[in-house]
Amino acid sequence: MSTDLYQEGLLALAGAAEGEGRLDDPDVTLTLDNPLCGDRVTLDLHCDQAGRIAALGHHVRGCVLCRAAANLLGQQAIGQDAASLDTLQRAIKGALRGRHAWPTDERWQDLTLFEPAAAHKSRHECVLLPFEAVVEALRQHGEGGATGT
Amino acid sequence: MSFDPHAARADFPLLRRDHEPALHYLDNAATAQVAAPVLEAIHAHETTSRANVLRGVHRLAEAATEAYGTARETVACHLNAVDPDEIVFTSGCTAALNLVAHAFGATLAPGDEVVISELEHHSNIVPWQMLRDRTGIGLRVIPVTEEGRLDLTLLPDIVGPRTRLIAVTHASNVTGALTEVGPIVDAARAVGARVLLDGAQQVPHARVDVQALGVDFYCFSGHKVFGPNGIGVLWARRELLADLPPFLGGGEMIRRVRLSETTWAPPPQRFEAGTPPIAQAVGLGAALRWLGRHDIDAVGRHLEALTQRLVEGLHTLGTERVRVLGPGSGHPRGPLVAFDVPGAHPHDIAQLLDGHGVAVRGGHHCAQPLMDAYDLAGTTRASLALYNDAADVDACLEALETALRKLL
Ligand SMILES: Cc1ncc(COP(=O)(O)O)c(C=O)c1O
Repeated sequence: MSTDLYQEGLLALAGAAEGEGRLDDPDVTLTLDNPLCGDRVTLDLHCDQAGRIAALGHHVRGCVLCRAAANLLGQQAIGQDAASLDTLQRAIKGALRGRHAWPTDERWQDLTLFEPAAAHKSRHECVLLPFEAVVEALRQHGEGGATGT
Repeated sequence: MSFDPHAARADFPLLRRDHEPALHYLDNAATAQVAAPVLEAIHAHETTSRANVLRGVHRLAEAATEAYGTARETVACHLNAVDPDEIVFTSGCTAALNLVAHAFGATLAPGDEVVISELEHHSNIVPWQMLRDRTGIGLRVIPVTEEGRLDLTLLPDIVGPRTRLIAVTHASNVTGALTEVGPIVDAARAVGARVLLDGAQQVPHARVDVQALGVDFYCFSGHKVFGPNGIGVLWARRELLADLPPFLGGGEMIRRVRLSETTWAPPPQRFEAGTPPIAQAVGLGAALRWLGRHDIDAVGRHLEALTQRLVEGLHTLGTERVRVLGPGSGHPRGPLVAFDVPGAHPHDIAQLLDGHGVAVRGGHHCAQPLMDAYDLAGTTRASLALYNDAADVDACLEALETALRKLL
């Protein structure tokens, strides 16, 4: 049932506003659109010398799934680098597509809230968009740190 | 004649099936359901007359060619075209628009202008942007009013001596606004420009008479008129088609091919390169014959009453809470209603409605410039077809109320 998607936990995470808002003077800014529905995630990052996220701010024009995913990043992405988030993003994609189990890493345990989305193919991108955005933002930062969209 | 939506609904196998929960299909503007006579016509064609068209002399080829030609005549008759040769079969409305952008586009010079509008589906924006980028034509845009209608008061500023074509929607797939065609045709004629109407959202619900409209190009898709996928129509005036170069090259569209040069077949074959969607054309013919069996004015009244019920029901949920897009009373609108609920995302609304068996669309509806004009990411849209009834509308409103309790 589609309503299983909208559990209390997911709604709470979507409303949690973790990392919501823009950063002053970000090292990198990235905006990513979901071409299917027009949802849009804008991320600002501060990164440390080693390329790890020191601060993250996001502005999401999106659904509950997209907002919850961005808030989860806001909560947990500090200290993560491009490689670890790229691995995570691929793992989420694979889990949504039913190719393998959900990541069990304690840091990302709230990903279980997205499990019901696996049954709704049209919603996978809603979950993935913030993760894709952070990976792309870190990639651009690694390439020279230019602010881009 | 009168109209009975339940009798019409009985012709749709998918709607007749048992669904759990009961299905309330309100995504007709995206794709309507397919009528049984259409499926039967396709089945009959594929099991008795399947062959390629135009080239064979054996009896199956003759039968296929005959069926394909009959479909063309049916479409011509449905649109009140002067001649079946004014009907070009394409793979859909998008393909028809691209065909015009290429074939008519090839007759334009840098600096010539095409006028579109802020209300268009992406399929009537992007091909023109691509043409602009290929050839250096100018693109002018008619803005929308607050109510989501074309702001025709600005036509005198937008249409000028370099205007060669005004290409706009006949009925908006988002605001439901119906275009006032007369002033557009007048403005175009005054400067010697052509007019194209995108009829994707009009043909399923209304009588369309291309001669009475006075336009030059008209297009629509089969899958929105209770027909199959993979078929669409471009209608254009005979003399206009005769002067246009082809878009795609290949078989069927030639008169004579030499390695040094090729001459073109006359229209419509000139614009139908390759083996066409034959069974789909047969299915489209059946769909339009099925549609034509109904009293279209009575269908219009039925849909108008349902649309009003939907709009009023949305208003009772609170005009602060649910903002209905589109023309208010006094202006004609098609049978679809898009709305915005601040704080509740269209995807989430559509997903929760699906849990109640109500199929609506949430998103930008392939009209991002319009969404930008409203400063929205998307809207939720309920779109009606003749087989919908008051129970469908009421189920949608009830499910929406429940969804909003969850989301807000
Ligand atoms: C107004 C309008 N024009 C064009 C199209 C494109 O139709 P198709 O995708 O069938 O080519 C649509 C489809 O949604 C539409 O609503």
